[in-house]
Amino acid sequence: MKNFSGQSISWDVKDGVIELALHRAPCNEIGTVTLGELEQFAAALPALQGQAHSLILHSTMKSGFCAGADLSELYYGAQKLQSQEAARGVRDFLQRIHGVMNTIDAAPLTTIAALHGVTFGGGFELALVCDLLIADKMTRFCFPELRLGLIPGFGGIPRLKRDLGNGVVRDLLLTGRSFNAAKAQQVGLVSQVVGEGEALRVARGTASQLGKFDRQTAIAAKKFIKPIPYDELKQEIDIFCDLFGKPAVQAGLKKFVESTEALSYLP
Amino acid sequence: MPTAEHTLEEILNLAAAHFKVPRAKLTPDDDFFKALKIDSLQALDLLTKLEHHFHVELPDYELQGVSDFRTLASRIQSRL
Repeated sequence: MKNFSGQSISWDVKDGVIELALHRAPCNEIGTVTLGELEQFAAALPALQGQAHSLILHSTMKSGFCAGADLSELYYGAQKLQSQEAARGVRDFLQRIHGVMNTIDAAPLTTIAALHGVTFGGGFELALVCDLLIADKMTRFCFPELRLGLIPGFGGIPRLKRDLGNGVVRDLLLTGRSFNAAKAQQVGLVSQVVGEGEALRVARGTASQLGKFDRQTAIAAKKFIKPIPYDELKQEIDIFCDLFGKPAVQAGLKKFVESTEALSYLP
Repeated sequence: MPTAEHTLEEILNLAAAHFKVPRAKLTPDDDFFKALKIDSLQALDLLTKLEHHFHVELPDYELQGVSDFRTLASRIQSRL
């Protein structure tokens, strides 16, 4: 399927570049609908790869790239189920999203995340599967999961560890604080910081440059430099699921979902 | 180093310009969420703008419980 336009995502291929757009209001929260469409994209990738050398992920939502998992869906969904059934549902969701993330991570394409605004939690984790991160200067990165009694569950810690020093990973994970694009570039996470609203344009320019290289060489280089930490990714799912059953998590989710605080997004 | 008053004035000017609110309508003790009519996502935009403008890092948790411009200015001043 060369083109797709769904409720949460769309994709298109043009001049050897696949563009995957996230467009679910308010900020591309990842719930079951988005997951299903991302799975469709992952399934379509083998066919798309034959027509492309690069993939760009971006968001059309003004507020940002992606605010992460749909916590309202997670909370209210879990409320309707017995705890064991809810735990199974969470594990199933995580295994499915990991399948998508691993597919994009390993794709024989050069992948670029064009980022702006909120890039939090699962949104940050989606960006981390990409080979290059291009962020406009208003981008903010954050792993707020500890505030809910959880750890990131979409592969964030193993992928962050792959890319950054452990001190930066601990800072992000254990404080739950966000940091801006300039800081992200300073620590080696972001390859280019660009002006407000310019990330997609710059990503397209970068993709155009990548198209000039021999495809098989680019694939070999990526495979050599970007191993996928499968064992740690599996461990992450186990730890997340163990934590999810604890009362602190339900309390944390309830507080977040029902919060009317102006700073509810801030850890 | 700029004075605390100067920092406060710059924050008020920057917030007014970014959120298109008349500067004259903002006072130091205003609740900036109400005065600027912003939500938490827009507050993150303000945080990023302030970090760029003052060349500081301001961890989000330092803003917990902060809702007026004067206290916000004091948090930034402590990092200048």
